[in-house]
Amino acid sequence: MIQLDINGKRQSVDVPGETPLLWTLRDEMGLTGTKFGCGMALCGACTVHVDGQAVRSCLTPISAVANKKVVTIEAVGTDAVGKALQAAWVDVGVPQCGYCQAGQIMSAAALLKRTPKPTDAQIDEAMSGNICRCGTYTRIRAAVKQAAARQGGTR
Amino acid sequence: MNAPLIVANVSRRRFLQGISLGGLVLAVGYPSAASAQEAKKYGADGMPNGWVDNPLAFVSIAEDGTVTIVCHRSEMGQGVRTGMPMIVADELEADWKRVRVAQAPGDEKRFGNQDTDGSRSTRHFFEPMRRCGAAARAMLEAAAAERWKVPVTEVEARNHEVVHRPTGRRLGYGSLAKAAASQPVPAREMLRLKDPKQFRYIGKGQLKLVDGRDIVTGKAQYGIDTRLDGMLYAVVARPPVYGGKVASFDSAEALKVPGVERVVPIEDSPPPAHFNPVGGVAVLARNTWAAMQGRRALKITWDDGPNAGYDSTAFKASLEESARKPGKVVRNDGDFAVAAASAARRYEAEYYIPHLAHATMEPPAATVRIANGKCEVWGCFQSPQAARDLVAKRLGMSADDVTVHVTLLGGGFGRKSKPDYAIEAAVLSKAVDGKPVKVTWTREDDLHNSYYHTVSVEHLEAGVDGQGKPVAWLHRSVAPTIISTFNAAAKNEAPFELGMGVINVPFAIPNVRIENPEAIAHTRIGWFRSVSNIPHAFAVQSFVAELAAAAGRDPKDFLLEVIGPARQVSPETLSDTWNHGESPERYPVDTGRLRRVVETVARESGWGKKLPKGHGLGIAAHYSFVSYIAAVVEVAVDDKGVVTIPRVDMAIDCGATVNPDRVRSQMEGACVMGVGVATLGEISFKGGRVEQDNFNSYEVTRMDAAPRVIRVHIVPGDYDKPMGGVGEPGVPPIPPALCNAIFAATGKRIRRLPIRDQLKV
Repeated sequence: MIQLDINGKRQSVDVPGETPLLWTLRDEMGLTGTKFGCGMALCGACTVHVDGQAVRSCLTPISAVANKKVVTIEAVGTDAVGKALQAAWVDVGVPQCGYCQAGQIMSAAALLKRTPKPTDAQIDEAMSGNICRCGTYTRIRAAVKQAAARQGGTR
Repeated sequence: MNAPLIVANVSRRRFLQGISLGGLVLAVGYPSAASAQEAKKYGADGMPNGWVDNPLAFVSIAEDGTVTIVCHRSEMGQGVRTGMPMIVADELEADWKRVRVAQAPGDEKRFGNQDTDGSRSTRHFFEPMRRCGAAARAMLEAAAAERWKVPVTEVEARNHEVVHRPTGRRLGYGSLAKAAASQPVPAREMLRLKDPKQFRYIGKGQLKLVDGRDIVTGKAQYGIDTRLDGMLYAVVARPPVYGGKVASFDSAEALKVPGVERVVPIEDSPPPAHFNPVGGVAVLARNTWAAMQGRRALKITWDDGPNAGYDSTAFKASLEESARKPGKVVRNDGDFAVAAASAARRYEAEYYIPHLAHATMEPPAATVRIANGKCEVWGCFQSPQAARDLVAKRLGMSADDVTVHVTLLGGGFGRKSKPDYAIEAAVLSKAVDGKPVKVTWTREDDLHNSYYHTVSVEHLEAGVDGQGKPVAWLHRSVAPTIISTFNAAAKNEAPFELGMGVINVPFAIPNVRIENPEAIAHTRIGWFRSVSNIPHAFAVQSFVAELAAAAGRDPKDFLLEVIGPARQVSPETLSDTWNHGESPERYPVDTGRLRRVVETVARESGWGKKLPKGHGLGIAAHYSFVSYIAAVVEVAVDDKGVVTIPRVDMAIDCGATVNPDRVRSQMEGACVMGVGVATLGEISFKGGRVEQDNFNSYEVTRMDAAPRVIRVHIVPGDYDKPMGGVGEPGVPPIPPALCNAIFAATGKRIRRLPIRDQLKV
């Protein structure tokens, strides 16, 4: 049994320690908002926060997150940055199919918490690990900037 | 609430239920030769199960006033779950805040054609959905008039209420719902449609996506997200070569992996592939990860079959050889040979585009449960009726006993119009006594066993007059046909492939010869967003720019001159018998509209403006899916040959629009996908096997390489005129516009995609 802290809830799961966090979230806990896209940390669809850092859950074994704070898309809106990003995403009409957008928002939230007023280059750097096959990149950039501005950070 | 209100008497309306061509073959999209000899039907009438405009199928109103509108087309990012109900709501005078959207199960007899591809949803269902809304509105008005005992001419539905004009009395939709349900459905010819000036939502673009909030909070449900009690999670080891099969396998080690419960072989299906699973060995486990680990532990010996020698490098050479010899003549105006012989100068060029994979961010996934003689399917399907029919066929059940629930699609791009993964899940569920089984494809599975975009060589020759203007045009297009997926003997492009921008090019050139030499498929060929338009537009629009450069002319002026004066060209005179399935009278090729998008995009992009060193502008225009698109791409090429794209302008004339913001977003997305096709995309084969495994070797465009700015200019349209497609036609002009820009910036002409490191110095 491994003790986990997922979205503020402490719980334990009974799967081998090398099982990736992604599949534990999705299949064992029913938190399907975190998406599978590649399984090799190449696309960013599975991005979650572990102790505030954006990590790719598809390559993170659950043994590595025991007793750390994991936040997923289902709970990112409980703080001001996450909430502002979700609102901006809806307002700008970012999603097309929407499948990658959970990972995009998680990457963006980690960026804004670290860098409240990101430059274009900083946005590119933080977001280029997240693939959007629908091609919503110009709107993602606009939504990140809008959320940053609403948080008081503009540049 | 929950009392569904409009419930009555469907049988009376059966006559409204559209025209069914029926038959499994058509239902799964195989373009049958026989159908061409039947009386020709166009648009939605020509699609299997046609259209339905019955409000009883699409609209229900609860006593609390909640209006539920059914969306029968699949949402894959084009915004159809917002756009289609918006049309109904507008005619219904429903308050959008009180509208809920319900997704239809796969049932074309009830809802009309549901095959969400070909950029058809809005152009085929705008009118039926308007009539649905208008009919439901008339039923509410009739119910109110009856309650007030006043003539129906004195009442009017307005924003979720019916108003009695003389007295100002009002009744909400909820309080009228029950009575409205027992009103007769008005005859179609009695319907009063809104004047488009009165539209509240259509064409305004101010409504947010119905699924937007669920998407950003992680609640949205995709095919891969299905979870049922007692469900097993499956992954499948599939033959790596098309037409291959399992020679032998050993499951002992796989069964030792913790969490693995069963190993089940899936019968192979020899080519043609159709929409069948390719076979292999499945591992069923308590979660996806355990299934993946179990699959790694399988020992399988494959019998690769006749395509084991498929090699992309050798195949490219064979296509080039075919392209340099005469082939089947598919259009012949004037006399190319005579005109070319007497031309002032002659030019030729060859263009290559490799296989591509859709790589939808959500890989294919489906779940099936069988119980009490009924089968339920959940998944991300572009064509739920095809999934229903083919699952039923495989299980030996009646389609009436199969229910297909359509989730959101995490991307479609044509891949998810083939429901092979639903059949896999059905076979596996049956093998475990009907227990629910979810099949998940990994990214490697998706890239190794796709229905690939074809691979093509386009050979062009032109003879020009003294001013450099083409007087003779030869285009040989060589590419394995999609038909080969249904008929292994097929070697020529089908009318629907030729009609994607090779024969139906409406240029003002008197001598035109189009030939289609044969090509044999060695893998599953399928539809990829905008399909054959991609190679055809790349070749045609690059070659026109090459001729412009040879003549020393401005590429935009030269393109307009080659298009010629504004005129309406019958597709038949271009030897195009397909015309995207649309009536040649309603949808002629309109060179005036093509000219207008060229002129619009040139004006809006500042064509001719002074640019920084290393920058260049390229232009291209293409007619597809009965819409007209032109693009101007600005590139910057640095001294190491690295290309960036500061800005793209696109002009679209798709007729009138329902949701202009989604037209814009489709153009933006098509632009990025077009950039990916041009710069990175390639699926190659060696030893019959795909050489790319994941996003490290099959690269797609990321934010840092995407255009910084994409500006979309929508040519205003008229709601009384036929609409065009939007989902696909944005892709084809992008690769040639980009390569034309690179030529402007560097003088280097790209004829082989992807560009990748061809510019590196």
